[in-house]
Amino acid sequence: MESWVVSNVVVALIVVGVAGLAWFGLRDRMWSQALGELWCRRRYSVLVIAFYVAVALLDSISWVGGMEAQSDTVARYKAQSILDRLFADTRERSYSAPFADREFYGGAALQRPGSHVLGTDIIGRDVFYLSLKGARVALLIGGLTSLIAIPLALLFGVSAGYFGGRTDDLVFFVMSTLASMPGLLLLIALIMVMGKSTLAVCLALAVTSWVGFCRVSRGETLKLRELEYVCAARALGVSELRIIFRHVLPNLMHLVIITGVLMFSGLVLSEVVLSWLGIGVDGSWGQMIDQARNELSREPIIWWNISAAGSALFGVILAVNFVGDAVRDILDPQTLRQGE
Amino acid sequence: MLEVAGLTTSFPGESGEAARIPVVDGSDLEIAGGEVLALVGESGCGKSMTALSIMRLVPKPGRIVSGSVRLEGRDLLEFSVSAMRQVRGGEISMIFQEPMTSLNPVTRVGDQVVEAIRLHEPVSRSAALERCLELFVQVGIPDPQARLRAFPHELSGGLKQRVMIAMALSTRPSILIADEPTTALDVTIQAQIIRLLRDLQRELGMSILLITHDLAIVNEMADRVAVMYAGRIVESGSRLDVLARPRHPYTQGLLRSMPALAPPDERLPEIPGVVPPPGQWPDGCRFATRCSIQVEECRRCVPEMVAVADGHLAGCHLVETGQEPGGEA
Amino acid sequence: MLAYVIRRLAYGVVVVFGVLLFLFLLFFMMTNPDDVARKALGERVPPEVIEQWKVNHGYDKPLFPSSSNLTDNMLFEHYRRMLTFDFGRSDADDTLIMTRIREGMGPSLALTVPLFILSLGVAIPFALLVAFFRETYIDRTGVVLSVLAMSVSILLYIIGAQYLIGKLLRWFPISGFDFDPQLVVRFLALPLLVGVMSGIGGNVRFYRTVFLEESNRDYVRTARAKGCGEARLMSHHVFRNSLIPLLTQVVLAIPFLFTGSLLLESFFGIPGLGAITVDAINGNDFSTLRTMVYIGSLLFIIGQILTDLSYGLVDPRVRLE
Repeated sequence: MESWVVSNVVVALIVVGVAGLAWFGLRDRMWSQALGELWCRRRYSVLVIAFYVAVALLDSISWVGGMEAQSDTVARYKAQSILDRLFADTRERSYSAPFADREFYGGAALQRPGSHVLGTDIIGRDVFYLSLKGARVALLIGGLTSLIAIPLALLFGVSAGYFGGRTDDLVFFVMSTLASMPGLLLLIALIMVMGKSTLAVCLALAVTSWVGFCRVSRGETLKLRELEYVCAARALGVSELRIIFRHVLPNLMHLVIITGVLMFSGLVLSEVVLSWLGIGVDGSWGQMIDQARNELSREPIIWWNISAAGSALFGVILAVNFVGDAVRDILDPQTLRQGE
Repeated sequence: MLEVAGLTTSFPGESGEAARIPVVDGSDLEIAGGEVLALVGESGCGKSMTALSIMRLVPKPGRIVSGSVRLEGRDLLEFSVSAMRQVRGGEISMIFQEPMTSLNPVTRVGDQVVEAIRLHEPVSRSAALERCLELFVQVGIPDPQARLRAFPHELSGGLKQRVMIAMALSTRPSILIADEPTTALDVTIQAQIIRLLRDLQRELGMSILLITHDLAIVNEMADRVAVMYAGRIVESGSRLDVLARPRHPYTQGLLRSMPALAPPDERLPEIPGVVPPPGQWPDGCRFATRCSIQVEECRRCVPEMVAVADGHLAGCHLVETGQEPGGEA
Repeated sequence: MLAYVIRRLAYGVVVVFGVLLFLFLLFFMMTNPDDVARKALGERVPPEVIEQWKVNHGYDKPLFPSSSNLTDNMLFEHYRRMLTFDFGRSDADDTLIMTRIREGMGPSLALTVPLFILSLGVAIPFALLVAFFRETYIDRTGVVLSVLAMSVSILLYIIGAQYLIGKLLRWFPISGFDFDPQLVVRFLALPLLVGVMSGIGGNVRFYRTVFLEESNRDYVRTARAKGCGEARLMSHHVFRNSLIPLLTQVVLAIPFLFTGSLLLESFFGIPGLGAITVDAINGNDFSTLRTMVYIGSLLFIIGQILTDLSYGLVDPRVRLE
C-alpha cells in the first residue's frame, strides 16, 4: 500500500480513538466534571491547542493528484496534504520580508507580491506555511513518543508494583540504570545507533522518558494493591489480570493523562535541541530555528523565519504547560508533586 | 478575661469572593481567669476554627469578617501583626490535636521550646535551656536532660504532647487553648495528659479553652461548657447545668449518645444524620434538620440565646416559649 | 549507618555494571564495526585497511566469552577498559580519548560549577519569595512568569542572548574561552546568564511547590502559634525541612547540567566535555560518545550516592536507620 494511504488510515484511527475516549469521558461524571473545570480555568490555552491540532490534521490528510495546474512538477506525483494544497505554488526564489513585493536581497520582483504574511526563507518557501507544517511534526513527536512510552511505563510499573519480588527488583534495576545516564547523551547515542529517522527519534525519546512515569505508576500500584477492595477481590479468587485491568489500571488513568500532558512540552523542546545537533525530525520548528540561526549574522538581518518558528513553538509549549498545570491541579493535587 | 463576641470567620465559596461561606458564625464565648471552658460539639461544627480565629491563625483564604476577641479588654483583632505575634505563645498558647506532626521533625525538641521562650523574652540560650529543663520536669517527662536533645521521631505520642504542653507553658501564658489535645492518643495516655493539664491549670492558675468532643473529658476538667453546632454556640453554662440539666435538644442528644449514661444492653440513641457542611446550613435553627421536637418556627427564624437559669443560656425556640421537654438525663 | 553506606555503595556498583551492559548492547551489538570504520576511513578503502583499523580499535574480537576464551572478547574488554578508565582511541581521528577528557575537564568545570551554584542561588531565593507571598498577586505573577520562562527553548535563549547582548550591545564576547582570570569572567558571562535563565522557570516553580507543601504542615502552625514571625518561619522552619526534597532535585539537576553545558559549550565556543561530545556526534565518533555517556552516568551515580548519604545530615529521621 502507498505510504500516504497508510498515514491517512492511521490519522483516521487516531481521530476515532480520541473521539471515542472523549465520548466515554463525557459520559463519566468525574471526567466530564474535570473537563468542565479545565475549560473554566484554561479556556484560551485549550483553544490554542485545538488550533494547533486542527492545523496538524489539515496537514495529515493527503492524497495524490489534483495538482496538475501547478508549476511544481514534482508536486503532481507526490501525495499532498490539504495544507500543502492551500499553499500550493507559493514558492519564490529567495528571501523576502513579510508582506514585501520584492526580494530582500537584490530587489527582484516576487511572483506573489504582498502575499507572504511571514516572508520567505532562503530558498523562497513561505515561512507561514512552514510554521504551520511544524505543528504536525511537533504533535507527532509528542504523541507518538507518549504512545510508546506510557504503555511501556505502565506495563513495567504496574507489574513491578503489583507482583513485587524479583519482577520489582529487575524493573527497579532497569529503571535506575536508565535514569543514571544523562538524558540528552543517551538520546544522542540511541539515535546515532538507530539511524536518523522520525521513528528513531520518537523511540529514543520514549526510552529516555518512560522511567519517570514508570516510577510513579509503580508507587501508585503499590498503594492500590494494599487497598481493601483489591485485597477483597484477591481473597475472592479473582484472577490477577482481571484485578489489574478492573481495579488497578482505571485508578492510574488520571496519572496517565497528567503525565501525557506534562511530558509533551519536554519532548518537543528536546527535539529542538536534537535538531540543532543535526539528528532531529525533518520539518520541525527546531530545524527551522537551526537553519535560521546563521541568518541573524547577515546584514541586514533576516529575523522573520526564526521569530515565526520560535513563536509557534513557544505558543504551543506555553499552552500545554498551562493546561498541564491545571490538569494536575484538577485531577491530582498530591502524587506527582514530589520527585518530578 | 477573654471575651469573644459575634466572631464570624468565612471562606470563599465555589463561586469565589462574592459568596463567602461562614464556618464560624457569630460565636460568643467568655472565659474568666483561672477557669476551664470546654467547647463541645461534633467534628466539623467549627470548634477548631473558633480557636484558630482567637489566635488569628485562620488558614488562607479564610478570614475573620466580623466580631471581636477581647483579651483583658483589648481587641486582638485590632492588634498589629507584630503585637499579635507577642500575644501568640506569650499571653495565649495553643496545643494541637496531632502531636505526631505538630513538632518540627528536623529540630531537637529542646531547641523548639527554647525558640518559643526566646521569641518572647530576651534571655540567653543557656538560660532558656535551663528553663526548658524545669518545664520538662514539670510536665512529667522522664529523663528530661536526655530528652532535651531528642528529635520528635524519637519520642512517643504522649511524650510529644507533653513537649507541646511544655512549649505552650514556657512563657507562662494566661490562657491555654487545647484543641482536642488527647484525640490522637491511646486511652491510657489520654487520661495522663488530661490529669497533667488539670494539675498544671490549678498550679499555675491559668485559664484553659478546652476543645473536645469527648464529654467524659469535659466532665473531668471543665468549669463551664459551651456547646457548638454548625458554627454557632447553642448552649452554655456551668458544667453542672449543661451536663446535668441540658436544655438544648442538641446537647441532650449528645449526652444521650454517651455510653456511660445510657442503660446497658440497649442500642445507644444517636442523633440522626450529620452536621451539615458550611454553606448548607438551614436558615432558621441550624439544628432543625436533625431535631426530633422541632416546630414550625424552628425552620423560619434563628433562636436567640435566652437565660434558662443563672449563667445558663440556651438557643432554642422551645426553650424560649417554655414548651421544651425539659431537662431529663 | 555503616551497613547502609555499604549497601548503597554496592548498589551503585551494580548500576554501573548495568550502564556498561546497556552501552555494550548499544555500541557493540547494535552497531556494525565495519560501518564505523568506513565512516572514519571513507567508503573506498581496501578490506585490509578496515581489518587493520578494527584491530587497532579493538573491534576485531568475538563479542561474547566462550568456555575456551574468557578474556579475549569484546564484552570482557569493554568492561575492563571502562572500569580501568582506559578508554582507547577516538574512532574518528585516533587521538587518545583520555587526553581529550583531561583537556576538556577544566573548561567544563569552569562553566558548570558556577552555573550550578548560580542557578540554585537565584532560583531558591525567588522561590522562597514567591512562596512567602502565597495567594497574592506576587505569587500568581511569579508562577505565570516561571511558566513563560520554561516554555522558551534553550536554543532561543542562546541565540537571543548572543544576538542581543553579544552582537547589538557588545557587552560580552559572543563566544570563546581563556583561562586567564580576567578574560574567563568575560567569556563565561553570557553562557552563565543563558544557563541560569533557561533553568529558572522550572526551578522556581518546583521549589515553590516544595516550600508551599512544607508551609502547610502542622509544625508550621505550631511555630506560628508560639509567636514566630513569617520571615523566621520561612528561613528557620520551612526551608530546613524543604532541604530533603530540594536535595533530591539538586542531584537530578546534575545530569541536566552536563547536557545543558553541552549546548552552552558548543554555542559559546568553550572547549569542554560538551564540545567534545558534539564533535563526536558530528564525526560519528562512537568510542568517544560511549565514553562520554559512561562518564556522565558515573558522575550521576556518585552524585546520587552522595545525596542519599547526605540525607542523614538534613533529616534526623534517616540518621538512626
